[in-house]
Amino acid sequence: MLSTVGQCCMPWLFLLARNPKTKRSKRFLESRAPKLVEDGKSAMIMKGGNTSQLISNVLKDIYALKKPNAVLYKKKNITRPFEDSTSLEFFSKKTDCSLFLFGSHSKKRPDNLILGRLFDFHVLDMIELGIEKFSSLSDIKASKCPEGTKPMLLFAGEAFDTDNEHKRLKSLLIDFFRGPNVSAVRLAGLEHVLHFTSLDGKIYMRSYRSLLKKSGCRTPRIELEEIGPSLDLVLRRTHLASDDLYKLAHRKPKAKKKKNISHDAFGTKFGRVHMQKQDLSKLRTRKMKGLRKRKGRAAVGEQDGPAPKEARVAS
Amino acid sequence: MAACSVEELLAKAEEEEKEKLKSITVHKDLELEFDVGNLLAVDKNRIDSRDVKSAKKEDFLRALARDNTQLLINEVWKLPTERVDDAIVATLPEPTTPLPREKPPPKPKPPTKWEQFAKLKGIQKKKKTNLVWDETERVARNEYNKLKNIARAQKVKIPGLGLTPKEQQSKNELTKAVSVAKTSTASAGRFQDRLPKEKRVKNTGKKRKFEPLIGDFSNERQKQLELLKVLGSKKPKLDITKAVNKQMREEDREEAAAKRSKGAGKKGRKGNVPGKRKGKAGKAQGGKRRGKPGKR
Repeated sequence: MLSTVGQCCMPWLFLLARNPKTKRSKRFLESRAPKLVEDGKSAMIMKGGNTSQLISNVLKDIYALKKPNAVLYKKKNITRPFEDSTSLEFFSKKTDCSLFLFGSHSKKRPDNLILGRLFDFHVLDMIELGIEKFSSLSDIKASKCPEGTKPMLLFAGEAFDTDNEHKRLKSLLIDFFRGPNVSAVRLAGLEHVLHFTSLDGKIYMRSYRSLLKKSGCRTPRIELEEIGPSLDLVLRRTHLASDDLYKLAHRKPKAKKKKNISHDAFGTKFGRVHMQKQDLSKLRTRKMKGLRKRKGRAAVGEQDGPAPKEARVAS
Repeated sequence: MAACSVEELLAKAEEEEKEKLKSITVHKDLELEFDVGNLLAVDKNRIDSRDVKSAKKEDFLRALARDNTQLLINEVWKLPTERVDDAIVATLPEPTTPLPREKPPPKPKPPTKWEQFAKLKGIQKKKKTNLVWDETERVARNEYNKLKNIARAQKVKIPGLGLTPKEQQSKNELTKAVSVAKTSTASAGRFQDRLPKEKRVKNTGKKRKFEPLIGDFSNERQKQLELLKVLGSKKPKLDITKAVNKQMREEDREEAAAKRSKGAGKKGRKGNVPGKRKGKAGKAQGGKRRGKPGKR
């Protein structure tokens, strides 16, 4: 009895352990299964037990930036990722998200953000950031970028190149904000700029909308307009993955490419078919009076045809 | 103004060109690192805090961002472009920044029990030919097909197997065996009783077969022509079986009528003697009906 109750509470885990019974569940499991070439990562954005208004606004704004590939949790979750990450791992399994942003507020760590990612449903690295200053999307009156715009990511400052934690933070931020992997981009759609500057031990995150101005040559001149959210962040605690695990997570599988098979945009499979040479002499074309064989000649032809076959049978 | 020399004009044009380029060029001590596949640029230049203090911080950050964006945009605009539905699209190269995977790569499927066994024994899959070399005629013969052809030619129906000895029979096998046993009577199981709650055996009936959509149309043509012939002819089609049956029934009726009239004339009463008449009539009918011409 107990086990069945447990299964009722988390049907997705229950399903993962079993063979799918319907096509639908099979499709669902396939979408969750590890893939050779992965789709973009999605993020879960959640609150801790205590949050300030500022933290809620930050989470909301970052959700707006990340939107199609993010889940915003509305209720509070009383966990401390640095002490116990099991609940994060549980949520990650539930929503199939491998990035998380956790916001909390306490006396010891006011306005606290934890940015992290998971590998194989286990925490790979987390970095804790304190918010010093924040202005939200709605504070700045300017026209915004459309939802789901792939941002241009810019990092400035020595620290991102020298300091180990900053390096990891850079990798994490790229992972978090880069969006889906695309093969082509519309030039007029390059609107959103996310600029991270590390200066005097602080990290300044600024979000701009780029305006493409005429420059006289082909490449346009860029002007920027701040759209928010902008954050001034301080680095707090970090939990970085061990080198072994980090290496393992980066391992790229070799994709075996099947020859002569391709797919189009709709997923239709194309292959090359090898055919034997067609005997065109037996091709039936349109009958016309002018091309019709004469009776006498046709009879001669028919007699000629099967003659060698018979001979072969006899021998 | 009128005395404008060619050299002056050229110098002017050159300057204009420089000015144009000036608006999109940015000088940096260290070159930026680009990962255009991710639309990413990393500026490794040292930021002097004195510069920041001299200007307002926000303005400084924006100017820095503008310069870096300009450099990235310059890089993106160098990419090959394409026109797709009124939009100019640049094809991005593969991202170069190493980022961790979400999940470990998919594991290869575990081998099946047969695959394991085959590997252990070194059995390799190979195509088997059905052809067998015939020494006497020196040709390859398909023995199995030959036997099947013989069976078909003699109209021999190969009976299904009953119950084969096995450790454990499945339900399916048992039901099949029961059905085979039941139909193995002289009357092909017509008079076999069914057990209570016994279910009908599935998949015993004929399967529908359709004519192929393409290929030889002669059969179809013949059918259609026959139909047209029936439709077109003024005379109705003669169904011999039906006609003969009708004829026989008529004869019966006539005979019966003749007998009735005969009997009525003799005894002077309406023929309602049950035993005698019934027997006679039954006999007569039985005698006639025996030669039913339906099946010949």
